[in-house]
Amino acid sequence: MTAGISAAIAILALPAATAALLSVLPSYRLSAAVNVASAFVTFLTAVSLLAAAPPPDAYILVDDLNVVFIVLNTFVGFTASVFSATYIAHEIETGRLTPTHLRFYHAMYQFLLFSMNLALIANNIGLMWVAIEFATLTTVLMVGIYRTQEAIEAAWKYFILGSVGIALALFGTILVYMAARPVVGEGVQGMLWTSLITHAAAFDPALLNLAFVFLLLGYGTKVGLAPLHAWLPDAHAEGPTPISAVLSGLLLNVALYAVLRFKLLLDTNAFALAPGPLMATLGLISVVFAAFMLYRRRDVKRMFAYSSIEHMGVIVFAFGIGGPLANFAALLHMAMHSLTKSAIFYTVGQVAQVKGTQQIADIRGLTVTHPLLGWSLVFGVFAIVGLPPMGVFMSEFLIVSSTFERAPWLALLLGFGLLVALGALVLRLQGMAFGAPIGSRAPAKASALPIMAHFALVLIAGVYLPPPIVTWFQHVAQLLR
Amino acid sequence: MKGLAFDVAHLLAGGLVLISFMLLYQNRLYALLNVFALQAVVLSLSVAWQAYVQDANHLYVTAAIAFGFKAVIIPLALHRIIAELGIQRDVENVVGVGPTMLAGLALVALSEVVMLRIASEADVLAQEDLAFALSVVLLGLLMMVVRRNAVSMVVGFMSLENGLILAATGAKGMPLVVEISVAFSVLVALVVIGVFLFRISERFETVDAHALDRFRGDQR
Repeated sequence: MTAGISAAIAILALPAATAALLSVLPSYRLSAAVNVASAFVTFLTAVSLLAAAPPPDAYILVDDLNVVFIVLNTFVGFTASVFSATYIAHEIETGRLTPTHLRFYHAMYQFLLFSMNLALIANNIGLMWVAIEFATLTTVLMVGIYRTQEAIEAAWKYFILGSVGIALALFGTILVYMAARPVVGEGVQGMLWTSLITHAAAFDPALLNLAFVFLLLGYGTKVGLAPLHAWLPDAHAEGPTPISAVLSGLLLNVALYAVLRFKLLLDTNAFALAPGPLMATLGLISVVFAAFMLYRRRDVKRMFAYSSIEHMGVIVFAFGIGGPLANFAALLHMAMHSLTKSAIFYTVGQVAQVKGTQQIADIRGLTVTHPLLGWSLVFGVFAIVGLPPMGVFMSEFLIVSSTFERAPWLALLLGFGLLVALGALVLRLQGMAFGAPIGSRAPAKASALPIMAHFALVLIAGVYLPPPIVTWFQHVAQLLR
Repeated sequence: MKGLAFDVAHLLAGGLVLISFMLLYQNRLYALLNVFALQAVVLSLSVAWQAYVQDANHLYVTAAIAFGFKAVIIPLALHRIIAELGIQRDVENVVGVGPTMLAGLALVALSEVVMLRIASEADVLAQEDLAFALSVVLLGLLMMVVRRNAVSMVVGFMSLENGLILAATGAKGMPLVVEISVAFSVLVALVVIGVFLFRISERFETVDAHALDRFRGDQR
């Protein structure tokens, strides 16, 4: 059991120590290497948590639910650091970033991983809130790193909306404590997940309801649910691409995890309102809204940011519908979306670097000039819109079919949203991947390895999901009711 | 003693709501900052009173942070920023003062109705405190919505945060209050530095948040 505790501490201490080290390391090449190595070791440590989870204490909680998030978080954190190493070298060459910026960037990257791991592993809802706040601040700084007018404006917008979101979430957190206090007593017990979930049945339901509304709106802003999504496309489009990948693939999940935890509290209390319909409604609005917004995009990173809103909508919708099958599908979809979307951003980042633009209209005929990138983009878009045999198809199919059992009309609306999004993405893809090539033909320098690794996983998951993983996800789905 | 403890806490919390209203109708930036500093002073008094009543010494730290950081440092820094940036001193409201005040009244009524009904099982002090805190939070949000100027948006956010600190200290025995107020101070400091950075880079002719509307990236 002690191995579990030290592993849990290591996934926090390692990124924190690396962040401190990187903030003083002058050479950016060395920094990038340290960044990758540290992220890799953190990932291995996180995997070891699967084998030996530590018992929950006052600070740390590792259970079957958050270990899925932690492993996914550290894995994408690692591949994004590999991608970032090559991406950054190019940014230095073109002079968009200076070595000083990069020192800051690498330190912030590890600090971001630390904050996200802390938010996922914390047993204390106050600590989790502080961690999510720091993750927000870190990403704000990284979004604005290019110091262009657009980047600073995007960072400012993200800052204001993100701050209001986490402020509302804090109010919800305080209300949860108020609800818990008469039952579990004053002090730290009123903020620990482990004691909250055992006593939630006796909490004042009205107070819990109000708390959940604040928490859903607050953390929902960070998940990027419409109509609270306004920061998301700007932040994705203007920041460095590795950060876009981490935002879409990880940070949205972390906020989602917070919402899920609080949903569990309400599910446990028989007199509180059912959180499902609220979440399903917000999710469905996000899906349909984002699907239509996809048609008007001219910036490729912005387009995939809207696609992230759509997919987070699908996931929140599925968790809202609830039940073992929908929860299973939602978890699977979350993992598939993280892998696929971050790989798409790795691809798009390289495309934007070789073409020198993010405008969709200026990117043409990629499959001719850059076969690897072009076909990766084709594969990625086909995977993300949910075409078989990729993993996203399976999870979306499960979500739609399980919704059909419970609420056929909602399933129709969801299917409609998914089809509209499919149309938009495939339409834009045609122009970018095929046709007469324009622009630079310079070969891409960044490593294609992270892209291939993610796509391989997505493909394998779509064709054959190993039984241990299925059992694990099913178990977690049962846990979520 | 119980009666006095309640009355003073009530008075200070009510004072915070009143000052939130005063913030809503200030149409000059310097006056706005002064009123905000006043609110921070009242907040620190309120937190200190809670620390005394609850016999919770760590809350004195929160009170000190509220006073030193929000009543002194931030207003002074913003004063300098306004002077150096040459920001227009008059604040433009998106909505007129009259409708804004009416909306504010409605929000306070809403939070009283919601909280007083809900928290009936919690003790009276905490219940009233939460109702006032929610009012301050909602008024802060309202201010962020009706103001166009970035500095007054920041002030709106900080007054929203005052409401949160009031709620957190009113929740008896809540752990991590000090940590949370420190985390919030970092946040606020970064917002202020952000405003300052705009000037350094001289990328905006104005820190009017309305200018952000130009930025749609792909809808030109």
